[in-house]
Amino acid sequence: MKTKTGSRHARRRLAIQTLAAALFNGYVLGFAKGKIFTGTTKMVCVPVLNCYSCPGALGACPIGALQAVLGSSKYGFSFYVIGLIMLFGVTLGRLICGLLCPFGLIQDLLHKIPLPKQVISPKIDRPLRLLKYAVAALTVILLPVFLTNQFGSASPYFCKWICPAGILEGAPALVAANEGLRASLGFLFNWKLGILIVVVISSMFIYRPFCKYLCPLGAFYSLFNKFSLYQMHVDMSKCIGCKICERRCEMNVKVTKSINSPECIRCGVCKASCPTGAISSGFNIKIKRA
Amino acid sequence: MSDKKTKFIRLALLALSLAFILAGVLRGEQLVVLKKAVNICLECIGVG
Repeated sequence: MKTKTGSRHARRRLAIQTLAAALFNGYVLGFAKGKIFTGTTKMVCVPVLNCYSCPGALGACPIGALQAVLGSSKYGFSFYVIGLIMLFGVTLGRLICGLLCPFGLIQDLLHKIPLPKQVISPKIDRPLRLLKYAVAALTVILLPVFLTNQFGSASPYFCKWICPAGILEGAPALVAANEGLRASLGFLFNWKLGILIVVVISSMFIYRPFCKYLCPLGAFYSLFNKFSLYQMHVDMSKCIGCKICERRCEMNVKVTKSINSPECIRCGVCKASCPTGAISSGFNIKIKRA
Repeated sequence: MSDKKTKFIRLALLALSLAFILAGVLRGEQLVVLKKAVNICLECIGVG
């Protein structure tokens, strides 16, 4: 049962997530016109997984942008996009996933639907969490670099074959407004729609399945959780070992042992649940030593 | 890992990220990103 603090935290978090989604997709006219934004802000990557073919998108998706540069005939490496991903990661870590990502928000909202929640056995869950690193390495980096056409350029393999965000955010408004696009729908659309349906349905039963198992951006940011400026901290002098934090954590993080785990999306639920206020978070946390 | 080591790695990553961004901008990579982002990504929306 949620406490008053927990409910207040949940409301505040939802407000921030909604604001972030609106900010990253602020070109509302795009939805009405069925066209995407073409301003210069699109040369800057947003920190979240947000398809740049979403009519509202004001910035570029870092994963899409990374594949675009790696898969271009001119560059074999992207300093710019990797630099941006590193900057976001070393500043915030996976706080981006927990607080800013629109696709994360969608999964959170779907998970609120009152259906029985499934707990995935650690025997399946733990190895499956590694899948997102394989997706990142293979479809975002290796394939765009090595599997190129006769002109030396490559498809955005992750965006094309796996990412459900484009189908959810981009396709509806664009396809509805454009007869040419409607006439071109075929196998690829059905494939991606199938992936989206699987993610949507599984989100109702499992917490953030895309974030846990598939998201390459989450995979990149997870590498920075330990080093990011934003840190979580457990004051063991206040911790009474009740493990409420771990029971409430839907990313299955061992909060008292490794609070800055790569799997922590820094949603703050553990902090809001702690009865003794032992958990804190922020930038430049000063750790008191006994 | 000690606090000092963590802080050092953090600073190094921060410096590296800024250096990478600068290098990428000098190479003109942001224009590739812009060109991709201002055109409808047919692969992304499932058209191919």
